[in-house]
Amino acid sequence: MGEAAAAGATPREEPTGVVGLAKAVVARPEFVSFVALIVLMIITSMMNENFFTVDNLMNITRQVSTTGIIAVGMTFVILTGGIDLSVGAIVALASTLMAGMIANMGFPFWAAALVAILGGALTGAVSGFFIARFALPPIIVTLAMMEIPRGLGLIYTNGYPLPIDREFGFLGREYVLGLPIPTLIMLIVFAAAYFVLNRLPIGRYVYAVGGNEDAAILSGIRTARIKLMVYAVSGLTAAIAGMIQTSRLLSGQPNSAIGVELDAIAAVVLGGTAITGGRGHIVGTLIGALLLGVLNNSLNMIGLSPYSQRVVKGVILLVAVLIGYLRKQNSR
Amino acid sequence: MLEMKHITKRFPGIVALNDVSLSLKRGEVHALVGENGAGKSTLMKILSGVYQADEGELLIDGAAVHPTRTRESEKLGINIIFQEFSLVPDLNAFENVFLGREIRTKLGTLDRRTMRRMAREALDRLDMHFPLDCPVAELTVAEQQSVEIVKATIFKCNFLVLDEPTATLTPREVKKLFEVIERLKALGVGCFFISHHLEEIFEIADTVSVLRDGCHVYTGPVNDCTQDELISKMVGREVTQAFPAKRGVADAAEPPIMEVRKLRFPGSQDISFEVRRGEILGVAGLVGAKRTESFLALIGRDASIEKEVLFQGKPIELRSPHEALSHGIGYLPEDRKRTGLFLPFSIRSNIVISTLTRLTNKFGMVLSREEKALSDRFIDRMRIRTTSDLKTVSELSGGNQQKVIIARWLASNCKLLIFDEPTRGIDVGAKAEIYVMLQELAAQGLGVVVISSDLPEVIGLCDRVLVMRYGSIRATLTGADINSEKIMTYASGGENG
Repeated sequence: MGEAAAAGATPREEPTGVVGLAKAVVARPEFVSFVALIVLMIITSMMNENFFTVDNLMNITRQVSTTGIIAVGMTFVILTGGIDLSVGAIVALASTLMAGMIANMGFPFWAAALVAILGGALTGAVSGFFIARFALPPIIVTLAMMEIPRGLGLIYTNGYPLPIDREFGFLGREYVLGLPIPTLIMLIVFAAAYFVLNRLPIGRYVYAVGGNEDAAILSGIRTARIKLMVYAVSGLTAAIAGMIQTSRLLSGQPNSAIGVELDAIAAVVLGGTAITGGRGHIVGTLIGALLLGVLNNSLNMIGLSPYSQRVVKGVILLVAVLIGYLRKQNSR
Repeated sequence: MLEMKHITKRFPGIVALNDVSLSLKRGEVHALVGENGAGKSTLMKILSGVYQADEGELLIDGAAVHPTRTRESEKLGINIIFQEFSLVPDLNAFENVFLGREIRTKLGTLDRRTMRRMAREALDRLDMHFPLDCPVAELTVAEQQSVEIVKATIFKCNFLVLDEPTATLTPREVKKLFEVIERLKALGVGCFFISHHLEEIFEIADTVSVLRDGCHVYTGPVNDCTQDELISKMVGREVTQAFPAKRGVADAAEPPIMEVRKLRFPGSQDISFEVRRGEILGVAGLVGAKRTESFLALIGRDASIEKEVLFQGKPIELRSPHEALSHGIGYLPEDRKRTGLFLPFSIRSNIVISTLTRLTNKFGMVLSREEKALSDRFIDRMRIRTTSDLKTVSELSGGNQQKVIIARWLASNCKLLIFDEPTRGIDVGAKAEIYVMLQELAAQGLGVVVISSDLPEVIGLCDRVLVMRYGSIRATLTGADINSEKIMTYASGGENG
């Protein structure tokens, strides 16, 4: 994670040696979630022997993939100091569009997926345009964009799921290299995001916009482009999640992914990214998403009722964020 | 009497204060001077309860006190006005004065009448005048400072600390402030007065103390010591000349590096001027002269502003700071924290942010060893004091932060650099370093523009000076005409201004 330092999530000293590196890892904000993840896995595997099995762990990563992929785009947005509430609606729009193209227009699967993903990016870019060009607050713009794509999906399908043939289920159900395809796609999306955020100038600019927008402008960064881009990325990743979902459910679902934006935001925040922008790391988001996924799975395995699960989930979120805050206070 | 006895405060890696003992009598003005990083701010934060001393004690009239938060030190009668005001912009003046300490009626509602009366009385007591019912955002900097003073003194106040109170004031406002300080003195308030402007200290202070590298090196009556002696105590070496010798006005026959014609924005008249290679062009003026606004308009911070710009003989469009930078024109903002630094970033990231695209391989990937090489080179050249280039920039002192910003723009290979208040709030040693560097840049053939409210700086450093007033250039001075009388005359509207 040495690169992370250069990207703005800065440790105090350059890590040297094993001890220094270990200290730097412990000091990172996402370390809390990482510990919570490990502890949770240990406890659950002691309470239920079916937890620590390859099948179950694979299952968890597949379940996590939707939130995880969406959280990647959300990380870009939050790093700039923004927020994107429209991702759930974009999942639904991409899903219905894709199913429609396959079922009604005879598009091949990949062509339909490509169009849906580009459509998602374009929808995100619309939010980005209003936010960047008119400096409107992201929460308001994406609140509006939560309605429009959702509504379009409902109009297109008349509110009913739009089924597709069984043969299109491979993407959501098959395995490659021993990994569920959704898991594999999630890992590829995370790797791509890691590359962009840590190795390309544009990634640094994302941090810069969230770190100090005025300074970024005067430093010659075209902040409007960066903002447009992050919302387009967010739309893009939401549509990728939509594609996986369509395949897995064998249908376009206009009412799916309601509330997924909150899970994605939770994953990003649990991953140590500052909600005010400028600070954070994509690896943290992966940890955050996995923590949420393992938590869901564990609570099911322990046999807690779905109602109690929500209470436990909320408490854990709050405690994790509180510990992160206290650690930050102490390090000053 | 307020006494600090053998105060020591350590932070990881440094001793910020080392066995410092100071005392402040009621009715005394005690100046505290020292370079950036000398420990003045730490001392103030211990007084205000933000930090606790590791060793030593704080006594008021002989009794030990241990404030652990600002509210507690206020109750003890110690009030601090920091350089960066802590006012809520949308609340009006008297709401700010009573913020968090509102006076209530028996029913628990706000007793606005009593609060207004008390504020009014405080104004009269100090002979200050500003509107009480107007949002403080609409007040001038000097008026906002007055609000802070009233806020600090309206309840119990025996000791007042003023951190760089004159940094953003015009000379006339400074005079006014000193009158207020005299009145506070007469009311028995003891003042710590922190300033980098040594001439002010001789005007207002009774006693002066010098801190250097966390140590207390001198305390004495202000008249026992000359300005030069104070400077040498602060830096620990003899400083013979604060300003390097001027190079003189550039050859007027040579074409200027930049010509600006008919720059115009709301609240300005047509602004036209030129910048010549190899000279330092000063821009002087009072608060409200719209100097910063003019140069932000020049570099295209607001794309809609019209102007004609010839750069190196060719007409260019400047519709954004990005475009300006791509032509080699850089603007270094005046407000380090608000518009200059990326506070959560490392020193390295702050330096290379404008240069990243040059530090990539053929696939467009940023090479961290190139980043490190570049930032190390400028940390060395600018003499930025730090243990690592990965240290967070917010941990640096003000002077070192300013050097980081300068490093960023030097790294970007600009041909023309506009420095807006490059030495504001910076200590003498760092100032001298920055002056030498500005001259070197000019000598290398760069165009150098220095916007400054510090008159000695403009006079000592600049080869040519534009004097601005209310969004227009009132005079262009050269040679012996660059003196405080001429500059102030034009800046304040004299000579048909």
